[in-house]
Amino acid sequence: MNGVRRPITPAAAVRLVAQRELGARLRTRGFLIGTAVILAVLAAYLLFQAALVNNAQRTTVGLTGQAAAIAEPLRAGAGQLGLDVETRRVADAAQGSADVESGDLDVLVSGSPANLRVQVKSELDRELEAVLTGISRQEVLSAKLVQAGLNPAEVMRDVDAARIQVTAFEEHDPAQGQRTVIALVMMFLLYMGITAYGSLVAQGIVEEKSSRVVEILLSTVRPWHLLLGKVIGLGLTGLVQLAILGVAGLAMASATGVLTITGVATTTLLWGLVWYVLGFFLYATVFAAAGSLVSRQEDVQTVLTPVSMVLLVGFIAGFTVVQEPEGTTATVLSLLPPLSPILLPSRIATGSAGPLEIVAALVLTLAAIAALTWLGGRVYRAAILRTGSRIRLKDALRA
Amino acid sequence: MGERTLEIDRVSKRFGDVVALDAVTFDVRPGELFGFVGSNGAGKTTTMRIVLGVLAADAGEVRFDGAPVTHETRTRIGYLPEERGLYPKMKVLDQLVYLAQLHGVPLNDAHRSAELWIERLGLTERRRDEVQKLSLGNQQRVQLAAALVHGPDVLVLDEPFSGLDPIAVDVMSEVLREKAATGVPVVFSSHQLDLVERLCDRIGIIRSGRIVACGSAAELTSGASVRITVRAPGAPAGWASALPGVRVLAENGDGTVVELAPGTDDQDVLAAALATGPVREFTRHHPSLTELFRSAVTEGAGT
Ligand SMILES: Nc1ncnc2c1ncn2[C@@H]1O[C@H](COP(=O)(O)OP(=O)(O)OP(=O)(O)O)[C@@H](O)[C@H]1O
Ligand SMILES: [Mg+2]
Repeated sequence: MNGVRRPITPAAAVRLVAQRELGARLRTRGFLIGTAVILAVLAAYLLFQAALVNNAQRTTVGLTGQAAAIAEPLRAGAGQLGLDVETRRVADAAQGSADVESGDLDVLVSGSPANLRVQVKSELDRELEAVLTGISRQEVLSAKLVQAGLNPAEVMRDVDAARIQVTAFEEHDPAQGQRTVIALVMMFLLYMGITAYGSLVAQGIVEEKSSRVVEILLSTVRPWHLLLGKVIGLGLTGLVQLAILGVAGLAMASATGVLTITGVATTTLLWGLVWYVLGFFLYATVFAAAGSLVSRQEDVQTVLTPVSMVLLVGFIAGFTVVQEPEGTTATVLSLLPPLSPILLPSRIATGSAGPLEIVAALVLTLAAIAALTWLGGRVYRAAILRTGSRIRLKDALRA
Repeated sequence: MGERTLEIDRVSKRFGDVVALDAVTFDVRPGELFGFVGSNGAGKTTTMRIVLGVLAADAGEVRFDGAPVTHETRTRIGYLPEERGLYPKMKVLDQLVYLAQLHGVPLNDAHRSAELWIERLGLTERRRDEVQKLSLGNQQRVQLAAALVHGPDVLVLDEPFSGLDPIAVDVMSEVLREKAATGVPVVFSSHQLDLVERLCDRIGIIRSGRIVACGSAAELTSGASVRITVRAPGAPAGWASALPGVRVLAENGDGTVVELAPGTDDQDVLAAALATGPVREFTRHHPSLTELFRSAVTEGAGT
């Protein structure tokens, strides 16, 4: 048996540690249930949104008597204004009035096209009123044109051909609302992912410390490799989860019709995954260093609080950033390395981060990762084998 | 020194003001079972941790096979730490395979070796159980398997017998003997001195961070004072007290226990006893390791 054993390379050691971490996490019930619960919440939210989109703005208009003739121009006119109008023939005017009172119908239109009478429960939508008025006037105009011996169709073609010219200084994006939602969801997922998996790094390290298995591990693996393997393993687990949630969420949102800008969402998701990896590596070694300072699971929370606070500040700032992604505050905050992973993807989603800003944030974050990994690794190495009371950061750094 | 010898050469270690190890020196030869004994806090665990590189020595060197022990050599050591530690939520088999792989054993061999040790140590029923669900003694067996699973070239075991039932003690002794027989140097610490005496080829006694005695059990006990029980029914009380180099430890009825100063001839005692009449019993006691240990540990304890 002695013959087959050969010295283990650093890469192999890191891979083994990462594999164990990945296997141990992916197979747990916690991971499966957690992913399923988040997916269920996401699905419920999307279905709710879809129902709102489909029903809230839909207006049902009942047409009775001669008014039935305006169904076609009504739908066309409403369509131009982006109103969702459904027309329904109502045979009995009295029944129609009752339906309006009970709420089954939003609007009941009766009378001749030139002289429309409208019944509503309390108030007629302004835009709908304009459409109906337009139809009525059109009707009157057509009658006058015929009287004057003109062909209404020809006149109307000329009238319709008249166009105003608009010059916009900024491009209007009709999907801005969707972009904001995507930005919020992405920010939430990043905050949750980095916090949850960062804490798992710390917990895993304390578990190794409190169970003393670390002594056996460190008699064959270097501290550095153990740390790196753990961080990579947990980072991959988080990435898998984020990818599952992202892809499933995207598919559901597109299927339910809530999301119409799939391209933007996909780009955001890809950027989100990139920033998750960066953010995780930025925080993982800090979480690891914090975890290595204590020896009992009960003490983990105290050492993690300062780190979690920074993430939480980023998350809270994120709501302002999403609302005003172009502002100076948003730009500056999203360029600060500790906050970039949470804030920048949102600004990418809202379309407010230029390529230069993205590159700057990437460079700054990578530099911060290098610095924090070096520092965190140092603390970890000094503290990992010292059990007992909590180790002070100063002592660990000096060692 | 010879091939495949583990040498601890003038290793010193301080913890603040506490001198834990003071130029500790001994060697464990290939195929040898070396018992490492000493009171609580004497420095056994510290020495072993330094051998495994878990602690860094302030001075001195650990060598194996003539060369200083490096990280690479350490993967060839099987280590049983004093504070047992395994992943509580990992299954026995997975755990052993993982540890073997970390020591550089390819997956298939790691599997085979893990199964082998599981069977050998009577853990077959529990191989798919999480370690935390095992009894303390069984966890201990898993821990031993973890030290052996990569087919180490050196064994360093810190109190391998603590917490084991008599059957497990037998299995453990047998395994250690067997490993030693393949030419592996084996060093273990223990407070069960009778076991150490029975099992070990050589013994090192450490006191307050210094090795105070080192050698085979026979060597260690040969220089010590000898005790003799004499049963001479006809002898008058105090018959032996006047003999030179003899100290009477107990005298009751027809039995007398005397202790001889080093260099005293026991035949003089026999002659004196015979002079009083018939001698029914004349028994020479070899001092046990326990007695030797007591004197080695207390000797000069005040200084
Ligand atoms: N991490 C540490 N920090 C400070 N002092 C320590 C540390 N580890 C050990 N010591 C001290 O070093 C000395 C030797 O301890 P060690 O654990 O090596 O003893 P031991 O021979 O293994 O004892 P035992 O039989 O109780 O296991 C003791 O005085 C102990 O207090
Ligand atoms: Mg000890």
